[in-house]
Amino acid sequence: MKVLAAMSGGVDSAVAAARAVAAGHDVTGVHLALSQNPKTFRSGSRGCCTLEDARDARRAADVLGIPFYVWDLAEQFRVAVVDDFVAEYAAGRTPNPCLRCNESIKFAAVLDRALALGFDAVCTGHYARLVDGPDGPELHRAVDPDKDQSYVLAVLDADQLSHALFPLGPSTKTAVRAEAAERGLAVAAKPDSHDICFIADGDTAGFLRERLGERPGEIVDADGTVLGTHTGTYGFTVGQRKGLRIGTPAADGRPRYVLDIAPVSGTVRVGPAADLAVEALTAIQPRWCGPAPAPGRFECAVQIRAHGEVTPAVATVHAGGVEVAFTEAARGVAPGQAAAFYLGDRVLGSATIATTR
Amino acid sequence: MTYLDHAATTPMLPEALAAMTAELGRVGNPSSLHGSGRAARRVVEESRESIAAALGCRPGDVVFASGGTEADNLAVKGLYWARHGADQRRRRILISAVEHHAVLDPAQWLADAQGALLEVLPVDHLGRLAPETLAAAIERDPSSVALVSVMWANNEVGTVQPVAELAAVAHAHDIPFHSDAVQALGGLPVNFAAAGVDALTITGHKIGGPLGVGALVLARGTLPVPLLHGGGQERDIHSGTLATPAIAGFAAAVTCAVQDLDVHVAQVAGLRDALVAGVARVVPDAVPNGDPVHRLPGNAHFSFPGCEGDSLLMLLDARGIECSTGSACSAGVARPSHVLLAMGADEDTARSSLRFSLGHTSTEADVAALLEALPPVVERARAAGAIAAARHRP
Repeated sequence: MKVLAAMSGGVDSAVAAARAVAAGHDVTGVHLALSQNPKTFRSGSRGCCTLEDARDARRAADVLGIPFYVWDLAEQFRVAVVDDFVAEYAAGRTPNPCLRCNESIKFAAVLDRALALGFDAVCTGHYARLVDGPDGPELHRAVDPDKDQSYVLAVLDADQLSHALFPLGPSTKTAVRAEAAERGLAVAAKPDSHDICFIADGDTAGFLRERLGERPGEIVDADGTVLGTHTGTYGFTVGQRKGLRIGTPAADGRPRYVLDIAPVSGTVRVGPAADLAVEALTAIQPRWCGPAPAPGRFECAVQIRAHGEVTPAVATVHAGGVEVAFTEAARGVAPGQAAAFYLGDRVLGSATIATTR
Repeated sequence: MTYLDHAATTPMLPEALAAMTAELGRVGNPSSLHGSGRAARRVVEESRESIAAALGCRPGDVVFASGGTEADNLAVKGLYWARHGADQRRRRILISAVEHHAVLDPAQWLADAQGALLEVLPVDHLGRLAPETLAAAIERDPSSVALVSVMWANNEVGTVQPVAELAAVAHAHDIPFHSDAVQALGGLPVNFAAAGVDALTITGHKIGGPLGVGALVLARGTLPVPLLHGGGQERDIHSGTLATPAIAGFAAAVTCAVQDLDVHVAQVAGLRDALVAGVARVVPDAVPNGDPVHRLPGNAHFSFPGCEGDSLLMLLDARGIECSTGSACSAGVARPSHVLLAMGADEDTARSSLRFSLGHTSTEADVAALLEALPPVVERARAAGAIAAARHRP
């Protein structure tokens, strides 16, 4: 196959590209330039959009002996991922930008262009497995549970999956690093990327404050008693405990958590851990990683955040979305995050959490 | 492999290679006082003399540097510092809108960091700066102009500027005139004295000489403040141990470029014309850019409506055909060309462009290979472009 390998400059995508080459594919490397003002060097372990990362990707391509180009997708990334991220926080939700990037950049803008240019597939360094099933490729969890990224790929449909290669799915991170060293890839010991790639200093609240301005509001308890004030609801996520800065302790002396966020009034409601429990949720805009399930109920396990645990549930698919009734209560469910539906290791699809009960 | 990127760099001429390699095995710092030093100095000075003879300047006018970018920086910054230092009113820098980044960026830096007033003069749709435009800009306040810099020929679209006329306009007001002739040398008659410029940038690797060596030719009395301070090897205007082998190769290339100019131009322009006619035949909606008459002989430049230049480049590269989208930034990201934008192109047109540049090793087979590959490549790139455009529509 003619394969376009997306190369971030990190160890994972370099080894993924190497495995595609080793499998006999005709591989071309592409570094996606996603930042409008790329910095010269990486700071800490964040991001993949510096000139240093582009150089690391180029050197990996050199070692693999494959052609290498840089594709400028900064404008598309800004619109589809960064602006969406800011707008979601402004609306009191907690978005997952990696999911958006996979959905609208890597497996949309990049994949479409690759197919049009004559490639058959896009290869990435995501940890997930593609398994041949009776209805086409199925998306499964990676074997390394610590690195599994199937959650952020749960937005890919059958067509996208049929043009995807995830060569790292069967491996652990340790094995991937060892392989990188064996193959002479200089990025073998490069630190992992964490957090949000376009917020280089990791200060998400500061990033949002710069774009949304201060939007002061009140922090209240279950009775509506005002416990304190804040400078913007975008500093909070449902389930958050740290950084609430409430002067008066709770009556029972137990920690308090963000229970919900009302963006219009700017009110952040807090309460005890017990009140975080969610029995059910409504999720919208479902994306199915294969044929869409027939309307009706099915049992599954639901994951409600990246690297989160799964909760058994009964999902009911209807025209507008998916109703999820948890078999045992889930905690800290933040609207805006994806609810990903699993059958064992297999990802059925995902939908965006709209409301919880 | 079909190499159509001679404007980026061109293979070394056998004469240059021989002259350079002969020196690589010898010892001797041209500034040393002993025999080995004198021998090296002799090579440098003979090289300087042959370059001067080829360019119509005095040997002492030739200041060796590491290449075009350094020579341009020395001219723009050095002349600004000298002229502004002598008279604080001189703050204006006048350049054309199609300058290479090696001129544009130091001028912009002087404006951003040193209080210079940068005036970027507009060009017409062929990329030419009219002498009247320069005259009008100067005459707004002649005493405030530090220098004028206008390239001899454009690296992207190949348009040749009316350098002698522009220089005369500047000289009418006693303002120094610099010209970047990196692309012009070897493609056009470049005579320093006849053009009447005060400073001229040339470089080795665009004319079949080695990489890493160039020169700024300075008229007597034109004294830029140095960028590099040190041993003062080049009349205190440039410091650094002279690179004898590179200078020897450079001089051999300059001599060949000037001696063989007519034959070379006839051959390269013939191939270029065949390429342009062929592209018009196989991709009828391709739009040729630049001045069709006042043009570098080896340059062909087109916009391919509906295509992205970097898609075209990648698809051609996969078929062994090497060309360029114009100027690339350090991350290798294709930005729309400031040259095409200055010529009135919109961003999409600017992004849809490719440069094919021919040189001394080009053959009819190169042109034929391009013409064979181009139609399916354009079709494919256009399909990719249509998908990108559809995605952008709300």
